[in-house]
Amino acid sequence: MLKVRSIVICLLAALVCIGTAPALADSHDPLTIYSGRNESLIGPLLAQFTEDTGIEVEVLYGGTSAVANQILTEGENSPADVFIAQDGGALGALAAAEMLAELPAETLEQVANPAFISPDGVWVGVSGRARVLVYNPEMLAELELELPESILDLTDEAWSGLVGWAPTNASFVSNVTAMRELLGEDETAAWLADMLANDVQAYPKNTPVVQATIDGEVAAGLVNHYYLFRFLAEDPEITATLHFFPGGDVGSLINVAGAGILQTSDQPEIAQQFVDYLLSDAAQSYFAETTFEYPLVETVEPSVDLPALEELEVPEIDLSDLADLQGTLEMIENSGALD
Amino acid sequence: MQLSEVIPPRLRPNWHYPHVLSRWHFGAAQATQLIGLAVVAVVMIPISLLALRAAGAGQEGIDYLLRPRTLLIVGNSISLMLAATGLATSIAVPFAWLTARCDLPGRRIWLALGLAAMVIPSYLVAVTYSEAFGPRGIVQGLLEPFGAQRLPGIKGFVGATLTLGVVSFPYIALPLRSALLQCDRSLEEAGHSLGLGRWGVFRQITVPQLRPALSAGMLLAALYILSDFGAVAVMQYNAFTRAIFLQTESFRMDKASLLALVLIVMALALLVMQSRMAGRGRHFRIGSGASRRLEVVRLGKWRYLAVAFCGAVVLAGVVIPIIVLFSWLVGRQMTNPVHIPLSLLAGNTISVSALAAIVVTVAALPLALLAMRRANRANRWLVNIAYAGNVLPGIVVALALVSFASQNLLSLYQTLPLLILGYAVRYLPLSISATESAFAQINPRFEEAGRSMGLGRLAVLARITVPLARGGILAGMALVFLNVMKELPTTLILRPIGFRTFATRIWSAYDEAFLSTIALPGLALILASALVLLIVLRQEDILD
Repeated sequence: MLKVRSIVICLLAALVCIGTAPALADSHDPLTIYSGRNESLIGPLLAQFTEDTGIEVEVLYGGTSAVANQILTEGENSPADVFIAQDGGALGALAAAEMLAELPAETLEQVANPAFISPDGVWVGVSGRARVLVYNPEMLAELELELPESILDLTDEAWSGLVGWAPTNASFVSNVTAMRELLGEDETAAWLADMLANDVQAYPKNTPVVQATIDGEVAAGLVNHYYLFRFLAEDPEITATLHFFPGGDVGSLINVAGAGILQTSDQPEIAQQFVDYLLSDAAQSYFAETTFEYPLVETVEPSVDLPALEELEVPEIDLSDLADLQGTLEMIENSGALD
Repeated sequence: MQLSEVIPPRLRPNWHYPHVLSRWHFGAAQATQLIGLAVVAVVMIPISLLALRAAGAGQEGIDYLLRPRTLLIVGNSISLMLAATGLATSIAVPFAWLTARCDLPGRRIWLALGLAAMVIPSYLVAVTYSEAFGPRGIVQGLLEPFGAQRLPGIKGFVGATLTLGVVSFPYIALPLRSALLQCDRSLEEAGHSLGLGRWGVFRQITVPQLRPALSAGMLLAALYILSDFGAVAVMQYNAFTRAIFLQTESFRMDKASLLALVLIVMALALLVMQSRMAGRGRHFRIGSGASRRLEVVRLGKWRYLAVAFCGAVVLAGVVIPIIVLFSWLVGRQMTNPVHIPLSLLAGNTISVSALAAIVVTVAALPLALLAMRRANRANRWLVNIAYAGNVLPGIVVALALVSFASQNLLSLYQTLPLLILGYAVRYLPLSISATESAFAQINPRFEEAGRSMGLGRLAVLARITVPLARGGILAGMALVFLNVMKELPTTLILRPIGFRTFATRIWSAYDEAFLSTIALPGLALILASALVLLIVLRQEDILD
């Protein structure tokens, strides 16, 4: 018994040394990225960046609002060099706190549509995503449900218990912020309350919403457009379909995933090199072909069968106006959506 | 030492040892005291700051706590605690009785398999349950021929109760089983001879002997349920820990601190309630005479029912989670584009757990010594405070440390030492209680003999006390290792950037619905935990 024990102890000690050595040995300073985007969406691109440039990166993953709030709390002490967000609002919040450094004109010019860059030139959109309703056509037919004209119609009793959403997801949060801008506080709060009264099903993120729609747990879900294509890439027989709310409905918001460089970054040149990489053809093709988003640099085309970005009837709104994250988070919390 | 003294951990230090030999030299005792004080101070600083911070919110904070939504969370937590503790008790009582007192076929195997429910982390059980019993899950598939197109699903209260009841039942079954084994048959016989019937003996003699163990076990389970994060997060049931996590997710530390304080108060209230209930009456023998061997209850044809019951417990606690994980391994699932080698996760998980186990064990040593050898009033307080980790949910500790480090100690922010510190606060009681029990079994005469032969105090400690207590100390260490390995909220909040373990990988995969990525780390985690538990159980001779 004693021998076995000593062996186990030695083994553990060895493992401790092996396991902690890399964490403790801080030979050089990698680029620190705070990412509000899921690792499954951006991780492979970051690995590609390291491979192409030899620059090591260190990434903190979290929800976009959580990460934005974390940077705001850390303030001047933030170790982050770059912030990647999955919506313009979070970038707007950091811009409003004057925590982002100005980007050079050459970087900003790469994105032709001024709606997708910061008005102050402190962040740049790198890919576009549309808010959509993903639906299960068999289920809709079975239940004799018509596709809704507006996101506001989902509070109709016919949809009771049949709609999924991800109330803590940043894209949903910014969609609600857009509703506050366009419809006002009261109407937005009322919509949230009505959705809940209509037994909307909550999921932790977008992917589970799409999965639930495909599985028939719900008939439809409020998500970003590209998640479905990731499922289709695995299984082309999936029949779930996207519905873009027509007529500039607030439910068909186009948002961006974007990046900004922190004022407090201790290696701004490398950070700049990274942001430019996100706008390079390699990265833009990655967004188009791998994550199925809209590339924002015009030389690259979307890879999947999507209505062109310019043809979408989107609500009239300035993305950086969607910066009041706290207000929206509080409204969602107070609605009871998280209970 | 009985296993039940180690797993589950005792709630408070055991002050019943009569041999408080304060024959130490003043200087040595004080040095130990100082070290103990330092350990306790490190444990308490972040929590005190958390309290200060919450108090700083003032009237606004009070308003926040008194609004209906907060009260709803309190209500949610209390009803979950009651329901899940009730479920756990109703599993644990028959299970303990069957495995302790009956001629149940394959008794030891059922015992080991039943206890294995402890090694599967709550979040993993919750994930597999919510999928298996989901609207279109495995169970629905089995029921489809009978016309079940959709099941209602178990997210929310039902799922959280089910998961936590199953996961926490060993916390009640273990102490209860050991109490059942220690019951004195001659007491029962005395009852019979004095004219009590079977029922009368059971009610007036057996039950009172079991009550302390049962109430202590139920309290442990209730505390576990109250402080569990994984199950309520997965089941999306808005109990305190989830509400706190959602606040930290949006980095609203003030509100999270306020909620955390309420959670601590609730846990303390439980502890006070239990200590009032315990300590009434005496249940031990007075005078000499050997205890009689316990009579084995013959189950007869009831044994089929008994086996079916134990089978159901094992099915719910172990088999369903493992089967579901395997089905994800082979099933058609969306591939996760982020590939992380299992060996990396295993290396990180094992090394951080081992490091934490070593740190915690070393830190517990002076406190256990104080408790055993110099139990004066001041030292009792010191050790009592060190036991605070028992009522501090992991998420509260993590929250306290992260806000402390990000403001007062930036060099520790997002580092491995901070993570280890978080584990230490949480699991110090586990190690103290194991070490203390081990010390308690050492006859102080050995130490005195060592002294009289001319050994110094440190030499006695190193050459007599610690070697004699080695088994117990190592068992405590293994338990810390086991718990750290499957810990979720502390790891999520305190880990250095880019540091991944089995637990964090499972969590992020669940978050993005990559079920296939949950399977492998999940199974590896279960396997590793089972191995460690097996070592502990063998060490404790519980299975022999």
